[in-house]
Amino acid sequence: MDTLTRRRFLLASGVTGAAALVAGAGAYTLKDILATAGDRPADARTLVLVTLYGGNDGLNTVIPYADPAYHDARPDLAYGAAEVLRVDGELGLNPALAGLHGLYGAGRLAIVRGAGYPKPNRSHFQSMDIWQTARPDRPGTSGWLGRWLDANGADPRLAVSFEPALPVLLAGERGAGAAVPVTRQLAREALADPVLAAFGQPQEGEPPLRARASACFADLLAVDALVAGAREAAAADEDDHEGATATGGATSPLAAQLDLVAQCVEAGVATRVFSVSLGGFDTHADEKQAQSILLGQVDKALTAFAGRMDRTEAGRKVVVAVYSEFGRRVRANASDGTDHGTASDVFLLGAGVHGGLFGARPSLTDLDDGDLKYTTDFRDVYATLLERVLGTDPAQVLGPWPGRLEVALDTTA
Amino acid sequence: MADTGHVTTLLRRATFGPTAAEVDAAGRAGYTATVDRLLSPRAADAGARATPPPDLGTDPTAALTKDSTREQRQRARQEQREQARRLTLWWLDRMVAADDQLGEKLVFFWHGHWATSVQKVRSAVLMRGQLDTLRRHGRGELRDLATAMVTDPALILWLDGHRNTRAAPNENLARELMELFTLGPGHYTEADVKAGARALTGWTVDRAKGTATFVRRRHDPAPQTILGETAAFDARSFAALLCRQPAARTFVAGRLWRRFASEAVPPPGDLAGTAAVPLLRAAFTHADFPATAGQHVKEPVEWAAGAMRQLGVRPSALGEQKRKQLLAGLDAMGQVPLRPPSVGGWPAGAAWLTTSSLQARARLARLLAEAATVEATDVDGLARLLAVDGWSARTAAALESTRGDTQRLAAALISPEYTVC
Repeated sequence: MDTLTRRRFLLASGVTGAAALVAGAGAYTLKDILATAGDRPADARTLVLVTLYGGNDGLNTVIPYADPAYHDARPDLAYGAAEVLRVDGELGLNPALAGLHGLYGAGRLAIVRGAGYPKPNRSHFQSMDIWQTARPDRPGTSGWLGRWLDANGADPRLAVSFEPALPVLLAGERGAGAAVPVTRQLAREALADPVLAAFGQPQEGEPPLRARASACFADLLAVDALVAGAREAAAADEDDHEGATATGGATSPLAAQLDLVAQCVEAGVATRVFSVSLGGFDTHADEKQAQSILLGQVDKALTAFAGRMDRTEAGRKVVVAVYSEFGRRVRANASDGTDHGTASDVFLLGAGVHGGLFGARPSLTDLDDGDLKYTTDFRDVYATLLERVLGTDPAQVLGPWPGRLEVALDTTA
Repeated sequence: MADTGHVTTLLRRATFGPTAAEVDAAGRAGYTATVDRLLSPRAADAGARATPPPDLGTDPTAALTKDSTREQRQRARQEQREQARRLTLWWLDRMVAADDQLGEKLVFFWHGHWATSVQKVRSAVLMRGQLDTLRRHGRGELRDLATAMVTDPALILWLDGHRNTRAAPNENLARELMELFTLGPGHYTEADVKAGARALTGWTVDRAKGTATFVRRRHDPAPQTILGETAAFDARSFAALLCRQPAARTFVAGRLWRRFASEAVPPPGDLAGTAAVPLLRAAFTHADFPATAGQHVKEPVEWAAGAMRQLGVRPSALGEQKRKQLLAGLDAMGQVPLRPPSVGGWPAGAAWLTTSSLQARARLARLLAEAATVEATDVDGLARLLAVDGWSARTAAALESTRGDTQRLAAALISPEYTVC
């Protein structure tokens, strides 16, 4: 019955996100994100969250090539020892991840293995909801970074998404992040600023959604300046959307989204959290090539971004986290693909990340109904990011949560 | 409850966007008669007859063989894309032209429900076939629609049904059939998904012929236990089983309510059923319905098709460049027919109220205002033209600050009162 809840990751905001947006309508306009340059604590760090929609196959991303059980379970899909980019005597990265392999070698990529949660849900929509709300036990009403935003004044400029719609993870109870488009569409070409400004005036007693529509005008004027500088970088041709994704995620190239993030970081804007995404990982059939292409895009975009971030002080304070709603079944199906699974890997990278392998590797033989048993609760990852990147007490977002990763994320080393 | 305000709300929900003449006529006929006319149109649909679906011929890739050159493949793929574009533009034209607006809106609703994208199906011919199925069965019982859809070639390709065999079941279609199309989450188990996948085994798609075929040796004939019932299920009996579940009655009702009443006002607890037209009648005449006024965010396609109806713009009458801009504008807003972003369909409600979609809407509004064949010279005339109950002081001030009729019309189209109705 609750179809909206399940779809919320596609939405600008969900059932309660709408209420949150409404509560903030008029009160929290974006003003000008670029004008916030310098308006942040000198030691403030930035989190870039990369969501891979569709369920990326973790076992073919960080590959247990030396485990016979891996080859037995998916003989036609498995990568051999000679193909993988070796991490150690047991694990290797997918051949498409050459750039990330280089970062791993440089000690800048942390791989958290077996990230998941109790009683795994194998629905894309529900599992993504669980990851984005960080509430596996009960239906979420807000995103984890939305709650972080709430705890930090609910200013939408603090959390920005470069996806077409705002993901639920940025929708809080009181406020919500800002969705900034990676397109050339400028309202100013159609209407003069005073008209837009007039539409942005709150109207007392208006239905909540209408108030939200009005607030968009105020936000738009603020965002316009930000987009103007980056729009050439991200021109989108409407015929170029090959590779439909049945399970959501941005269709703008990941690289274009990260370019925009890079520009904002370099400008020193107040934004502390950026959300970007890539879709298409739901590889029920003909997985090997499809996943390889997608991972290649991820690798190229992340490696270029990491290299660019290295060159500025602000950039060296950025931590990137990459996750998907679940991994895939250990055993291949007969379509040369894999069905929905459970635990998978989370990547953390950045200048301050002390790389390596974290968390225990899930067994390929001691399975939960054909799927991996998780070894690291994903909330350990979130708590670590909240505490060490965003400088926030995780309890404000996750409730009491003692788990942390052993990874160091300092930028001074 | 038959005052003009309510009847205008009804028309805004049941059509893509009512014209001033339609509002006037409904006001004269009264609420009940208007519900009847919308749900059971008696007159022949001249608008639909004037916009026959394009004859797409065969799929251009059907003629390819394993010896075809790279150039031939590319050309075929290009033709496929062009066919998809023609079909999309035709459908937009039909949405504007059809007299049976509710029927046309219902097809679009079901398209968003069984959300299948031509980008993966890669065949406008098969997409057209699916639209015909939605049109044929969309008004009646979910059982008839669902049993037809589980053997629909486009849906099978979209959710890998053709890869689902007894030797190795592929769970994609079975899961989404329960989660997204009939029951909603929480009303089935993982074991039901696995057993359901077996029931769906055996179907293949012949792209050249554009048909789905049942291949007995690929089907798992063993009895399966699904939702507590054990039988030798096949695709159709599995779909029928799902449609008999109590959860299907509230699931479909809730989906219809959210699209035809409001995504912000919860579906009434007593709204239940599995046939679309009776459910819509119940929704439109429900005591909770009038309170949905001002609580619905127009979807981009609804917004654009409605505006074109009201402004006397026909997509087919636009020049090539403008047609391209129309599709690009819908794409930038996040909703192009035949290209839902995922099997979960398009978002709803506040999701469309982002700075991103506002920018795209403003540009498209300008294009539509320039193409308008009717005009409104003052602010009150604009409200009548666009079937808006009235402008707030804020919006009236914004409209007054525009320069010229075209800009004022464009501004009205993106106003909160028009966008959220």
